[in-house]
Amino acid sequence: MGIFQDITTRNLTLDGAMGTMIQRYPLTEADFRGNRFQNHNIPLKGNNDLLCITRPDIITEIHLQYFEAGADIVETNTFNAQQISMEDYQLTDCISEVNTAAVNCAKAAREAYYAQHGDSIKKYIAGAVGPTSKTASLSPKVEDPAYRAIGFEDLKNAYFEQIDAMIVAGVDAILIETIFDTLNAKAAFYAALEVLEKHQLSPITKENPDGDIALMASGTITDAAGRTLSGQTAGAFAISLGHLPLFSIGFNCALGADQLLPYIKELKKHSKAFISAYPNAGLPNALGQYDETPETMKAKVTPYVAEKHVHILGGCCGTTPNHIHAIASLNQQQHSR
Amino acid sequence: MSPDYKLILSGLEPLIIFPDSNFVNVGERTNVTGSKKFLRCIQEQRWEDALEIAREQVEGGAQIIDVNMDEAMIDSKAAMVHFLNLLASEPDIARIPVMIDSSNWEVIQAGLGCIQGKGVVNSISLKDGEEAFIQKARIIQKMGAAVIIMAFDEKGQADSYARRIEICARAYQLLAQKLNFEPRDIIFDPNIFPIGTGMEEHRNNAVDFFKATQWIKQNLPHALVSGGVSNVSFSFRGNNTVREAIHSVFLYHAIQHGMDMGIVNPSQLVVYEQIEPQLKEWVEDLVLNRNDEATEKLLAYAANQTTSSKADETSNDRHLISLEDRLIEALVQGKTQFISDDIQEAISTYNSPLEIIEGPLMKGMNIVGEYFGSGKMFLPQVVKSARVMKQAVAILEPLLLASAQQGKAQQRKKILLATVKGDVHDIGKNIVGVVLACNGYEIIDLGVMVPNEKIIEEALRHNVDIIGLSGLITPSLEIMTEMAQLLSQKNLNIPLLIGGATTSKVHTAVKIDPHAQFPVLHVRDAGTAAQEVSYLLNKDAEQFVTQTKLDYERVRENYLKHQGKNPLTPFEEARQKGFASNVLPVAPHTTNQTTLEYKVADLINYIDWTPFFQTWGLAGKFPEILNDEVVGQQAKELWKDASDLLQDLISDPKIQIKATFQILPIEKKNDVSIHVKSTQHQLHFLRQQNGKKNNEPYFSLIDFLQAEDYLGVFAVNAGIGVEEWLKAIESDQNDYLEILIKAVADRLAEAATEKLHQEVRTLYWGYAKEEHLSNDDLIEEKYQGIRPAPGYPACPDHTEKQTIWKILQPDQTIGLNLTESMAMYPTAAVSGYFFAHPESQYFGIPRMGMDQLEIYAKEKNITIENAQRWLGHIIPTT
Repeated sequence: MGIFQDITTRNLTLDGAMGTMIQRYPLTEADFRGNRFQNHNIPLKGNNDLLCITRPDIITEIHLQYFEAGADIVETNTFNAQQISMEDYQLTDCISEVNTAAVNCAKAAREAYYAQHGDSIKKYIAGAVGPTSKTASLSPKVEDPAYRAIGFEDLKNAYFEQIDAMIVAGVDAILIETIFDTLNAKAAFYAALEVLEKHQLSPITKENPDGDIALMASGTITDAAGRTLSGQTAGAFAISLGHLPLFSIGFNCALGADQLLPYIKELKKHSKAFISAYPNAGLPNALGQYDETPETMKAKVTPYVAEKHVHILGGCCGTTPNHIHAIASLNQQQHSR
Repeated sequence: MSPDYKLILSGLEPLIIFPDSNFVNVGERTNVTGSKKFLRCIQEQRWEDALEIAREQVEGGAQIIDVNMDEAMIDSKAAMVHFLNLLASEPDIARIPVMIDSSNWEVIQAGLGCIQGKGVVNSISLKDGEEAFIQKARIIQKMGAAVIIMAFDEKGQADSYARRIEICARAYQLLAQKLNFEPRDIIFDPNIFPIGTGMEEHRNNAVDFFKATQWIKQNLPHALVSGGVSNVSFSFRGNNTVREAIHSVFLYHAIQHGMDMGIVNPSQLVVYEQIEPQLKEWVEDLVLNRNDEATEKLLAYAANQTTSSKADETSNDRHLISLEDRLIEALVQGKTQFISDDIQEAISTYNSPLEIIEGPLMKGMNIVGEYFGSGKMFLPQVVKSARVMKQAVAILEPLLLASAQQGKAQQRKKILLATVKGDVHDIGKNIVGVVLACNGYEIIDLGVMVPNEKIIEEALRHNVDIIGLSGLITPSLEIMTEMAQLLSQKNLNIPLLIGGATTSKVHTAVKIDPHAQFPVLHVRDAGTAAQEVSYLLNKDAEQFVTQTKLDYERVRENYLKHQGKNPLTPFEEARQKGFASNVLPVAPHTTNQTTLEYKVADLINYIDWTPFFQTWGLAGKFPEILNDEVVGQQAKELWKDASDLLQDLISDPKIQIKATFQILPIEKKNDVSIHVKSTQHQLHFLRQQNGKKNNEPYFSLIDFLQAEDYLGVFAVNAGIGVEEWLKAIESDQNDYLEILIKAVADRLAEAATEKLHQEVRTLYWGYAKEEHLSNDDLIEEKYQGIRPAPGYPACPDHTEKQTIWKILQPDQTIGLNLTESMAMYPTAAVSGYFFAHPESQYFGIPRMGMDQLEIYAKEKNITIENAQRWLGHIIPTT
């Protein structure tokens, strides 16, 4: 049994927010540095991905909480673990190290879960790949629209390094997420395909259910006009990734479940992959906090499941194990489509 | 996901081609090998102009935009990257997919790295063998693009049916077997070669292409066929009639054989059905290679055709052409020369005047409308056509009445047009009226300064289908909003069109649309007006209306969201952060009021022509616009007509141009108001409140004045005599001339202002005695000081004109009146201030807060409601 067989029999539950959970721990600069970065020349507090190396206990615990809550898939704590984002912390030389440590945290959590509950229900690990801090389709300079802070090649190389480390460390899936510039995502997937080629692995798709790695894409609609940050409609976004052997495609972040649904429906028209969604716990309030309770969020995602719009459902910013528990219970109600 | 699509691509939006879709048009002008104009833009790094060419393609209906930078003298890779990056920043262009066109693989790869959508690579081939072909195709597959494959292999380019299908089949098999390439992303270009070259081996070129196309469609499942069409007629260069006929006939057969898409210049096409029968027969013979003498016959035809069209000019042979064709021709060409004669002849040959109108005249106007709709005619041409139509109808009208047939006239849809109360600008409205009339609508034009109540009364009386409101000045925006409210109150569901320079889609969406349950549409220009009207009056209007309402709601939401993101700075804070500088005021040579008169001849060199062409919907900078590939011919004709008109005015001064001004000693009361010394007059200025970066100041014009200083006020009138002149020509039914006169008068008003300003700087005020500037320098405002006008961005309050009128009394000194809505009449006029401060500059006050409005109203001693009426359009909705 593998992820393909599972998704053809039931909806899969993805985990919830990592950042929201980390904030629950009173962490100091010293926690982020640990021994490994003790002498680093600039502050590291806030670089959550580093905790995979310096506080693996916390990250593992969070993963385990999500598994316990009913998540089938957890995402590694690697949203910013590539050259381009890590450059801000002058940490470009430990990309492989962070990603390996992150996958190990998730694996440790899975082992702990299996030890407790047995392994009759499989749990999966998706290597999370964020959009980086730069966009290839947009100019950060208003006066110079042709300028680009990053190009396709540099993006591809940065992504390759990250994804290669994850695959070597043993993830089941690569989840390229929070895509607000489709060109960044194209570079990420190009890199992912090269990593697969390098290790002679094949992607899991409906045509190739026995493949090795699930490639998952999740975009972000950033405005009420239904466009990504780089200006694409949901349909154009799906078409632009249409060449890829995707396991799933969907949207996450930026919007609450009710606002996101129309775009999920639009996506369905343009992709043959499984559909995923992991919205935020509503929209942030004036103070930037998410205050949708597990119950309200469950009510809002109910149509996703009841009307069979998605195959993978989870949560993004502001969601906690309680939210995921609510979503998992919803997914369980809906057996074999 | 629907599996029945033929090809699926994306820019910012999807492009989905279904099996029953029409031929896909690829825009080809952004190609340095095909367009000299585009090449020049790239060589001279005029990227804005290059983008404009791209935009024209999209607006002209291109579904994919081809970009080619293959030219030895430019860095093709860098140019491709730069241009694609720029395109990505233009949402109205980037919405369609890109075709990256290069024979250089490196350029293609660099281009693919710039497009987020799914584009098309044009092209790769088996020229360098299988390995290189597969390697490139694999990269294209991983980058996510469709690909055009040329029928070319190690042995060379395929030039026969057999070679074409051999290469295409081989490429297809390789892609399928080695890469599992999506067959719908494979587009073959089986080589379109010239025909009619006189060489035996070229005779079957078109037929081979057709056969190969058909074979591909039948044997290589899902693959598509494309090609560059103009190559086929290469041997008939310089002979456009024949070339266009060949393109049309070729495309007709190619599409029949399954060709899906192609690179075509729409302006080099005639409608297949409209090719002259004899010509068509010979072209078919040539294309289908079914007559050995086709080439000879066509060459003879071409030679003959040049002489006969020459003879045409002399009018003696005109009668060889049928009357109907002559009438249609006159309309399409916009020629009035023979229209009276031809109509007289028609009266004696047709059964009734109505038959003439509904027959040849409507036929002609339908062609005009069609050409205009498809971008084959430009606005000035259409206006000329309308002028012919009007003259013809004017001759027929008395006969129509006499034969009492008007009751039987076909019911045409009626559109009421009016410039709203207080506004006198009507050039744009007249153009819209003309274009709509050309499209077969009956226009009821109520003219200018029409109160809303009157508009409704007339709309009901005529039972109109649409009301079009026009306005140039900002107070008109409020009146348009009131109109929507009024219609709603009365439960009248008449669609409203909103047009004019200050109107915008955002304003319409935010301020007008919410008041209306009926459709409200902003129309950008005459072209879109015709289109929107046709949608509105269509059978399926309901869907269009629902969509439009949704669209406007989205615009509204976006705007409101944007408001939230960029909150206004509180007025108290903005005024603390104004612009401050101490300079010594320069005392003027005279503070008396001075009134001057200018001659047209003295102003010619001061005319800024660029806005003149904008009036006609021709975009481009003067004088470059005269040589523009697309609109150059039109621009030249317009400019010639305008120049003739100016010459006419020099020899026979039908209009007068007068200016009056005064440089006033003033003192500042505070940071809002100034007091004109030894008078009761006060002037007031508004301050920016929109968020600023990097400590930039919040400007108010008052910041350019010291505590005690001087301020110039002026008024210029170039419209004296224009009305009489228009009356004199109106009997000729000459819309074109009327619009031309008004547009030229507008230019003269601006030119007179430019000259006046120069004289004030160097002479009357004299703070810039040393100034020596060319006309271009003047247009680019390279001088010291500014001349903002009330109602324009830096001082959006129109009512300050009242004070200028009290000071200068332009109604008495130069015959320039101010309406109750603060519009100037005659309209060819300018009024404003002269500021001398060396750092004075133009800026805009796009938005302001209620906090400022309250203080401003108090300073002006008017009610807040009154102030809101004049400035409400820049106060954000909360």
